[in-house]
Amino acid sequence: MGAVLVLSVVTLVAVAVLLVRDETAGDPTFVLLAVVELVLLVQLVLGVVRLAATDRDVPGVLFVSYLVGVALVLPIGAFWSLAERSRAGTAVLAAAAFTVIALEVRLWGIWVDAGA
Amino acid sequence: MRDVSLSSGPGRLLVFAYGVFAVAATGRSVLQLATDAGRAPVAYSLSLLAAVIYLVATTCLLLGGRRGWLVAVVACTLELVGVLGVGALSYVATDLFPDKTVWSHFGQGYGYLPLVLPFAGLAWLRATRPEVAPG
Repeated sequence: MGAVLVLSVVTLVAVAVLLVRDETAGDPTFVLLAVVELVLLVQLVLGVVRLAATDRDVPGVLFVSYLVGVALVLPIGAFWSLAERSRAGTAVLAAAAFTVIALEVRLWGIWVDAGA
Repeated sequence: MRDVSLSSGPGRLLVFAYGVFAVAATGRSVLQLATDAGRAPVAYSLSLLAAVIYLVATTCLLLGGRRGWLVAVVACTLELVGVLGVGALSYVATDLFPDKTVWSHFGQGYGYLPLVLPFAGLAWLRATRPEVAPG
């Protein structure tokens, strides 16, 4: 989970730099997005495995819906952004990265709260 | 006004934001109503209403056209009334809201974005107003 947070913050900063410079996202940005997405998919699998194994009282449906949701944001955002390669398109990528951060924090909260 | 596009330029970002909130609010309200509807019926019903409004707004922004524009204005206005009304109510009538909704405390749980979105939406719709009067 920590890896996702670090990577998504890096992505948000990288996209913000593009926004300020009024540049459109190129291959490096999309490679970065792909890496984050890969980690999110690994998280989805590990999350479900850990959910099945844990003794914590984690609300399963909620937890899994967050795991799936956070993995869907970047692909949708990327395609929506690519349809218009303008500053607004880049802003969509920033919004997507921000959404991943917000969902990830919440996901973390769901897991931690259940242990309390 | 077939060429009125509400989903390009700043509208593209807006559609994404509304889409995220549509999914988030729908997921939340469905889960709340399915698991524990009796706990806070008012709050959960309002969550569902918010979800529907976000869905309508997203769809209309995507479709565009004059009718889409009109419905989007109605949806954004309802959204503004909703977030202000529920936001105020959640401070005054706390017993109605034992659990949070998207709109309670003016969207505090969502970084106040639910409060910002309708203003952004209405501003964008004002900028893209169809020139020919409807008729």
